[in-house]
Order: sequence, then C-alpha cells, then structure tokens
Amino acid sequence: MKRISIDPITRLEGHGKIEIFLDEDGEVANVYFQIPELRGFEQFCVGRPAEEMPRITNRICGVCPEAHHLASTKALDALFHIEPAPVVKKLREMFYSAFFVTDHTTHFYALGGPDFVMGPDAPAADRNILGVVHKVGLEIGKQVIDCRQRNHHVIQLLGGRGVHPVAGLPGGWSRSISEDERAEIEGIARQNVSFAQFSLKLFEDIVLGNPGYVELIVSDTFTHRTYSMGTVDKQNHVNFYDGMIRVVDPDGTEFVKYEPRQYSHHIAEHVEPWTYLKFPYLKQVGWKGFIDGSDSGVYCATPLSRLNTADGMATPGAQEFYEKMFTTLGSRKINGRYQPIHYRLATHWARLIELLYAAERMLELATDTEITDPNVRPVVTEVPIEGVGSVEAPRGTLTHHYWTDENGILTKVNMIVGTTNNYAPIAMSIKKAAQTLIKKGTVITNGLLNRVEMAFRSYDPCFGCATHSLPGQMPLEIKIRDVHGELVEVLQQFYG
Amino acid sequence: MSESYEPIIIGFLCNWCSYRAADLAGTARLRYAPNMRPIRVMCSGRVEPEMVVNALAQGADGVIIAGCHPGECHYIEGNLKTYRRYAMLQQLLQQFGIEPERVQILWASASEGPLLAEAVDRMTATLRELGPLQWHKVVVGGYNHHEAHETSAVAEVTSVKEVR
Amino acid sequence: MPENGKPKFAMYWAASCGGCEIAVINIGAHILDVDAVFDIAFWPVAADFKYDDVRGYSDGYIDLCLFNGAIRNSENEEIALLLRKKSKILVAFGSCSATGGIPALANLTSNDRILHTVFLSNPSLDNPEQILPQPSFHVEEGDLHLPTLYPSVRSLSDIVDVDYTIPGCPPESHQIWAVLEAIVSALQSGSPLPPKGAVIGAGQVAVCDECTLEKNEKKIRKFYRPYEIKPQPGLCLLEQGLVCMGPATRSGCGALCPKVEMGCRGCYGPLEGVEDQGLRMLSAISSVIAMGKPGEPESQIHREVSEAVKTLADPAGTFYRFGMAKSTLKRSRGAGNSRPPKGEA
Repeated sequence: MKRISIDPITRLEGHGKIEIFLDEDGEVANVYFQIPELRGFEQFCVGRPAEEMPRITNRICGVCPEAHHLASTKALDALFHIEPAPVVKKLREMFYSAFFVTDHTTHFYALGGPDFVMGPDAPAADRNILGVVHKVGLEIGKQVIDCRQRNHHVIQLLGGRGVHPVAGLPGGWSRSISEDERAEIEGIARQNVSFAQFSLKLFEDIVLGNPGYVELIVSDTFTHRTYSMGTVDKQNHVNFYDGMIRVVDPDGTEFVKYEPRQYSHHIAEHVEPWTYLKFPYLKQVGWKGFIDGSDSGVYCATPLSRLNTADGMATPGAQEFYEKMFTTLGSRKINGRYQPIHYRLATHWARLIELLYAAERMLELATDTEITDPNVRPVVTEVPIEGVGSVEAPRGTLTHHYWTDENGILTKVNMIVGTTNNYAPIAMSIKKAAQTLIKKGTVITNGLLNRVEMAFRSYDPCFGCATHSLPGQMPLEIKIRDVHGELVEVLQQFYG
Repeated sequence: MSESYEPIIIGFLCNWCSYRAADLAGTARLRYAPNMRPIRVMCSGRVEPEMVVNALAQGADGVIIAGCHPGECHYIEGNLKTYRRYAMLQQLLQQFGIEPERVQILWASASEGPLLAEAVDRMTATLRELGPLQWHKVVVGGYNHHEAHETSAVAEVTSVKEVR
Repeated sequence: MPENGKPKFAMYWAASCGGCEIAVINIGAHILDVDAVFDIAFWPVAADFKYDDVRGYSDGYIDLCLFNGAIRNSENEEIALLLRKKSKILVAFGSCSATGGIPALANLTSNDRILHTVFLSNPSLDNPEQILPQPSFHVEEGDLHLPTLYPSVRSLSDIVDVDYTIPGCPPESHQIWAVLEAIVSALQSGSPLPPKGAVIGAGQVAVCDECTLEKNEKKIRKFYRPYEIKPQPGLCLLEQGLVCMGPATRSGCGALCPKVEMGCRGCYGPLEGVEDQGLRMLSAISSVIAMGKPGEPESQIHREVSEAVKTLADPAGTFYRFGMAKSTLKRSRGAGNSRPPKGEA
C-alpha cells in the first residue's frame, strides 16, 4: 500500500507525524496521526515538593507555561486548603489575560494564520510569519510584534519572567503591584483592545472577504459534529481563569456541568498502541471510536468549543463579535442560545473573539480598585492532602491533580492537558481532510499536504502539553546490534 | 552479594587526627580489613561532596570520611562543616538509590587506632552484605551509548517483561 | 531552498517545551533583522520544512543551528546527528540540551514506575487490555513506528560535538539577541567568533552578583518552604532560609526570580569550570547551616544538624532541577525517590 508521511507536522507546538495510506485506486484507506514524544511529568514529579509544581509544570509547555502555572497554583490552593484573597485572584487573572492576548496573537499571525494570509498553496518557504510580514506590510508586522512584546512585558512584570513565570504560591502570588505599574498595565490593555479589534477586521477582510476561504471554512471537509467543552462562570459566560466545566452536545443542549475536581467522573482516556498520547472521551457516552455524533464520547475543547459551550461572552465587544460569528455562519438560537458551530476552521475566528475578550477583561481588572492591594502572600499552615486546579488553556481545558504526603511532597500526579482533550477530534479532522482532498488521480502537491495539516492547525495544538506523560517504554531489554547483527550493547531497566 | 567480592572503600582521613589514627593502627600491627584505600587531607573539612561522589561513581563501594572529634578540629570548625555537608549528601544520595551505609563519617583522634580499625572492619562487613555498587558499569556505563551512531546500530526490542 | 547566498538558520526542538522558540520570537522587532540576514532552513514551530528537506541538504548547508530540548528518544538522537552533519555551527540552546533540563528529572525515577503510573494506575485511564505504545505496531494498512525511549535523558553534548552553549530555561531574549548579533557580525564582517566550546549569552559570575537583594553573613538555622514564611523584602532569600540556587548558578538572567521574591532554581546552569552544579550547591548551602557548635556533645551536634538538613525538601530534585544529565551520578538506581504505588512494598 502506498504511504505518504508528513514528518514532522509544522507550525504548531510539539511533535507529530501523519501517515496516510492509499489503496490501489489511489484513495485514502486510512490515516494515522501519531504523537512520538513524551517526557513523563506525571511520574518524575513524584517526590518533588508540591509548591515547586507551578515552576516545574511550566516546562510542560513553553508556549503556554502561564496556563500550567495557574492550573498548578490553583491545585495548590485546594491542596493547602487556602482560599486566595480577591486581589490574588484578580492579579492572577489579569496576568492570564495578558497571556491570552499574546498567545492568541501568536497563533493567528504566526502559526495558523499564514495559511490564510499567504494561501495554503503558497511555497513552503513563504508560509510563515515572515512571509506574512512581507505580504501584509511592515506596519502590520510591527503591530503584531509590539502586541507580543508589551504583553510579555506584563507577564514578566507580574510573574517574574517572560517565559516560565514563577510567582504562583498556594493561596497567593509572590508580588503585588504599585499604582504606577497598574497604570502601565491599563495602558497596555487599551492597546490590546484596539489591536484585537484590528485583528478581527483583518480576518473579515482577508478571510471572510475571500469566497474561496469561506467555502473552505463551511465545507464538509473540515466539519465535525462533536460534543464541546469549556469553562463558564456563573452567568454561563466564557471565563479562562475559573468556573464550572460545561459540556454541550452537538445540538447545543447542556450535557453536563461539573466542578473541576469531579473531572475523573466524566473523563476517561483511551489508549492505542501506535501513539504515545491517549484519547480522552466522555465517560457517560463511552468510547465508540473516531466518529462524530452524540453517541460518540469524542469531545472538543478549543476556542470554538468554548464559544459553543457558553451562552455568551462576558465583555461587550467580544459579545458583539460572538453574535456576528454565530449568525454569519448560519447558527440559529434555540432555547435562548446559539446552536454550536462545527466548522473546525471557524476556530480561527473564535480565537480572535477570545482575543478581544481577553483584552477587555484585562482592562476591567487593570482598572479594578483592589488590584494594588499589597497583601498577596499569605503564610500557609494547613496540612496538605489532595487538590485539583483547572483553567482554560488557549488550547482547551487544563486540569492538574496532586496528592501529597503530610509534608507536601508529591506522591501522585495526574493531569489532563489542553490539547490532549482534542487528540481524537484532531485525528478525525486530519483523516477526513485527507480522504476528501486525495482521490484517485489526485496529484499530491506540497500545497495539498499543507491543506491536510491545516486540519489540525485550527486547533492550535500543543503536543508538548499533551505528551507530559511518559508511558515509559515499558520494562524492556534493548539489545543494540550493529549493521552486521553483532550485539553491541544491552540496555536494561533498573528494577526498583 | 557474593562472598568473594572485595569491597573497595575510599577513606578521606584528616592529617591531624584520623590519619594519625590509621598510622597508629599500622605501627601497632592491628589486623583489620585491608579494604580501605586511605587518602590524606589536611582537614575533613577539605572533603567536598564531589570527592565522595566521584569515588562512588568510579568504582568505590563505600566512602569513609574521618576527622577529629567535634571541638578538637585543628582548624576549629572544619569538621562541623564536613558534618553538615555529609548530612545533606546522605539525603541526596538516598534519592539516587545509594544506601546510607555506603558513606560514613567517623570521628577518630590520633590515639584511636583501634577505633578506626574497627570502623573499617564493620564497614567492610556491611558492604559485603549490601553487595558491590559498580556504579561506573551498571549506571554510567549504560547511560551513554555515544558509540551507537558510529556502528550504525539499530535498537531492537527483544523482550517485554510484564509489570505486575 | 533559494540559492541566494544568504546564510541559513535552523532551530529544532528535541524533548522540549517550545519555550526556547518563544524566547527567540520574543527578541521582538529584531526578528526582522534576523530575517534580513538569514534564510530559514528548518524551524518546525514557524516554517514548513520537513525532515526529508533537511536530509536533502548538503553537509554544512546550515550556517547556524540552535538545538534545544534534551535527548530522550531515538528520534531526538537521530535528528541531533543529522543536524550536526548539516550544520556549520551547532549550538546547545537552553537548559535541556545543555544539561538535561526539566525532562532529565526523569533520571531520578525508573521506567517501571513510569509505566505503571501512566498506563496502568492513572485514575482517568480506560485500558482494561493493558495496552502499551509499541515502537513498531502492525495495522491493517502497514507498520507504524514510534521512536524508542532511552533509559536515561541526556544532553546534546553527550551525543554530538557542540560548538557553543547558550544556557537558560529559556535563555533570556536580550541575551539571545546579543549572541545572534555577534554571529551576524561574524558572518557579515568577519569579526571573530568566541572560542569553540564556549558558553555564550551568559555571564561569568554567580547569580548573586546580579541580584539586588541585600546580602549579609549567612547562618541558616533551618530551611523554610516558600509558603511557610513571608520573606522580608529586599533581603537575601537564602539568609532567610528560603532555598535559592543563586550561589551555584551562572549569571546572565538578571536574577529575575529573586526580584519577585522567589528563589533561583538554577536554570542558567553551573558556573564556569563546573560540570556538576548540584554538588556545588549542596556544598555551598550546607556549609552555612549554623546548627551544631564546637563544645556541644557529639550526639547533640548530629541531631541538630540532621534535623536542620531535613527541613530542605527534595535535595536531589532541587539541586539538580535543571542539571541531572550533567550530574556525576547521571541517574538514580532503581526507583530512586519515587514512591511505589499503593499496595506495593
């Protein structure tokens, strides 16, 4: 059987490869999306002090360390039974909003966006952020760069470092801010709001204004009807920092809403032998394979899913675009909420709406009178046992679960990470794209294979995140033989 | 755990007390296990963790650090610094899976030849029971197969043991 | 690839997190300067070149390759060897490739334990058939392959000759730009490059030198966990009993963590001339424990020092947080410090 390998996949975070098998007729027989990486956080964190986890789990992903930092810090809140003061929650959420602004910006302009701005068939050497800058002009390019720089500056100001922040503590944050710093952050938040609005306009002009792209977005090739998951606040609006986890079925009816600490009642992970990553699914529905529909436990947790799951956005600008997206893409309101949109490429649009929400939320928090309160670092006295912390990472719901001994040394760690939630949908999207695009007689071009990759890019995957776990290689004996078959070395596991 | 293996003990002995104790054991013709290779340092405080760990990583089965009794150090507090480093090193070595009996600290004044001799005997017996460490072969040796690319090696999985 | 005489740039991630890539992108507008000078030849996060493209390049085609991430599996090793061949200058970029980084903490546990945790006992698992990922698996359509995991995590220099090392987790963006600027200058006007093997983009002294906190004589009675006390602002953290790796860590970051009252954890690696950062820190920090005084009975000294030492949680994981691959002992034997699953001895 003929085989096409896309190795490695590019313009995302992490490692992966796509194996496409063609039958004798040149049609796609099957597609396997393999994740070849894994490091083992859930095991090598055992024995570490729990309070180090915000700084260790940062390194699950250097693109979204802020997400891990906060999920971890919230797990510490629960572990040490300490309710953070309002100022602490606000500082954390403001920090997180700045991160969402820069991260969604990076994805749209550098990772997923180039496919639209440059076109999916543009030469490979041009399909990247630098190509985008050459095409849209230096003026816009500089705006993107400035947006990232000013928000990483805020992240460093609040969190200690621009990449891999350090300030998270159980019940607290290691530093408070002065009035001058607050004013600076407020100014940056205002610039963010303008930039988000600009980006949404750019999307309208370049993507929605191009009938070819619109056709691509609403095509069946990139459509899947699955459950959607996201975190919502008390008004059922999207919130990245805190709330209940809500799941709606493909038609938009609420399926379940639960406290993050109940996650293991609702999510289970399926295993396949050809990949190091596991496939989470809804336990109550069950694993039925890589298929769509309300009978399949496959669910999605992306910006689009979050918008599908929520009843609306918590800030006015974002709410306006939320309504615009749903109505433009043909969604009707049933029981007061829009029906979910299942066009996976629309995730790029949803992401920009979230960008605006993050900017507006950042401004709200930066102008909150409590935000300069200096009492942010409490002394913790409770004995730790177990704690769960959850946030929305840009790429999906992120949950950290820690167990410790009475000295706060970790005895067990479990994490369900953003992109992991989406592994099954991504695999399905890639397969469907390949099957639709590659038919008998199709000439396989670089652009065509790029369109197959576009199927995953809308999810903004982060496979470094997803592959925190180390399935180990199994208790093995490896014999290394040279080209003549002579035994060179034997590597063995060190049995504990 | 075979009886035939001879433990290798590296001994860091301070010039003013414990080395003289070893000398005394020698001149007194005390019979004791010949397994310790003595290294004279001016003070037990000279002993850095690297010296102990290098010894273990390069084939020693155990290490003794011997100094003057607290309060009798020729340099006043050198031996106390050693003790603090030793205590911390023990905590670290346990995390590496190295038994605490493999690194020992001993206070022996210049006249305490028999004390030193007995300590070496005891440690040798303990190490015989624990078995050889062989860190350089078992751990470091398997760690870096740098040669792999030079022989164009292919890793082949030959067996999967089930974990119960 | 267009043959336009422009120097070629590559950046690759082995067992890594992507933070190094973000740190490079965080050089801000300077990325346009890099673009003006270089053509990208391979950079999976940002550009669409594949492994086969790299295999097709001639040896030495890539002028500068920044390699981040630790060597965890056979694919990491294969690409490290490939990029060494295809690159003129190969840089170990970031803590993982330099000294093992966070992934190398796996060297303190055993693969048996890891397997048990992730595939057999993890609470969210649905794996009644006890399926494990296989390096080679036959499906109806053909064979699927996964990289083999090695028993230990290694640094880049354990595998190939490294021209330079830029430390940090990640290296700070201003340092990255300083290095790129120097390399661009060397390529364009022939200014000399640092001597081969040098650690660049970092300082020559300890983090303490960059740290603005007030430092006095250290006499530690016990160690505190970061949440146990509220540190006095402006005062050295280590003096207050909060563990800080500053004394044993190379400068260059600007002492960012102590600036927000969190102790350094050593990501900029060991000081010049030191390979085993953990033991240096162990020695430095232990020497200033103030418990046990001359004149006290021996048993009291032993007890006081032991108690003080035990207040420092997880010495191996703290002193070797980023440097396990360069530790003298390399890895733990057996289960090391990880606990056996419940029910097992």
